[in-house]
Amino acid sequence: MPIRLPHSTPAWIFVISTERPKLARCTWTWRAIPSWPLYPLGLIPAVWLFWRGVEGHLGADPVGTFEKMLGLWAIRFLAASLVISPIRWVTGISLLKYRRALGLLAFIYVVLHVTAYVWLDIGFNDAILIRDITRRPFIILGALALLALIPLALTSNRLSIRKLGRRWSRLHRLVYLVAILAGIHLFLAFKRPTPTSELYDGLLAALLLARVVHGAFSGRRRVVRSG
Amino acid sequence: AAPLPTKTGPFSGALTPTDKQDVTHFNNFYEFGMDKSDPAENSGAFKPMPWTLRIEGEVAEPQTIDIAALIAQGGIEQRIYRMRCVEAWSMVIPWDGIPLAAILKRANPLGSARYVAFESVHRPSEMPGQNGGFGSLDWPYVEGLRLDEAMNPLTFLALGIYGETLPNQNGAPVRLVVPWKYGFKGIKSIVRIRLTKDQPPTTWQRMAPDEYGFYANVNPDVDHPRWSQASERVIGSSSLFGEKRQPTLMFNGYADQVASLYTGMDLRHFY
Repeated sequence: MPIRLPHSTPAWIFVISTERPKLARCTWTWRAIPSWPLYPLGLIPAVWLFWRGVEGHLGADPVGTFEKMLGLWAIRFLAASLVISPIRWVTGISLLKYRRALGLLAFIYVVLHVTAYVWLDIGFNDAILIRDITRRPFIILGALALLALIPLALTSNRLSIRKLGRRWSRLHRLVYLVAILAGIHLFLAFKRPTPTSELYDGLLAALLLARVVHGAFSGRRRVVRSG
Repeated sequence: AAPLPTKTGPFSGALTPTDKQDVTHFNNFYEFGMDKSDPAENSGAFKPMPWTLRIEGEVAEPQTIDIAALIAQGGIEQRIYRMRCVEAWSMVIPWDGIPLAAILKRANPLGSARYVAFESVHRPSEMPGQNGGFGSLDWPYVEGLRLDEAMNPLTFLALGIYGETLPNQNGAPVRLVVPWKYGFKGIKSIVRIRLTKDQPPTTWQRMAPDEYGFYANVNPDVDHPRWSQASERVIGSSSLFGEKRQPTLMFNGYADQVASLYTGMDLRHFY
């Protein structure tokens, strides 16, 4: 059975994933695992953190810890959604069917993160909110990342993919902007770069760089082929 | 921490101290690591005794003060101060110590002295955070005050909290407390105090001069690019729904005592 890949996939990847029997078998194994369990699994950290917080086990600054951890999980899922393509380029293994769940989990964690800030942290105080959102670069970058994620979440369904066609791929390149905004937001969350912020900022930078390198590489191939 | 006999000093009424567990387990002390929990976890190997504090520079009588002897002399008083971190959280801490002015007067400052420079200990073998790494500060940590700020009756050299000698994670054996300034001015584990003619460098100003000024007075009207300074989260609630936020007060509520130090100064410029 031929493996169906989106038309945006370069031909050479299609060749790699179909020509090698071993890899094809591997791909089939992954494909047998459905993606829906990712949602309940991915939400475990949020539920766990919430209960730890309610029970008073999140330390001296439970709201701050809760907020930071939700944001960190958002970054983790964002990075996970961005690692799918590089894995395919390097190994030929396509985990594409899991990407929607990972991206939506990132979005869900961003929404929880912002909810924690607006509700638990500033207590729906619109004076603080307006002051923050107009004056603090840290908050402004975070808010822009959320804004850029909304159209991606809204068009993550099959109908939108089908209707938007090529424009869907172009629209979803917004995720790169989200990664840049989120990366700077994370960097600004601490007085100094911490091991955590270094790790995740490094990871996001590497995943973006992989796009640049891959783009240049496949671009050159196309030129060679046409010439 | 050993018991520290104290008498009740001024500035100890009205405020309810934050739980001791939170005061000793939620710390910024990058010498022991960057997480708030790191100082309590990583400071076990630190040896705060014996310890001497050197006072030098523009003084008539440079001093080397033995901290154990200083404690033995008695006269240690308790002060309950608000503590406002630049990261927009706050605590209330019962300090035990002596006014900084009392120690400085021992050295007999010269008329040429205009500033006070402080220096923390540098012991990478006992302080894992001093072993470098990306994001690490330049060591040793240094801080500074104008001489009149240092001589203000509020400015305090803490030797203990909660009637006991300072735990390592809180800056043992001796640290600065300047309650109307952001917490990072409260330099910990001090080995040297130097009176100077010129304004001394401070660690955070050197790291990011646009974010951290020399004065670092708590000021709800001067914004920080990362943290809102208009209000603060009150540390020490037991759960997610119990944590409070309160408006931040000018000079952290100590305007009556210190506002006159800054008469005529543009506090936006001198932040």
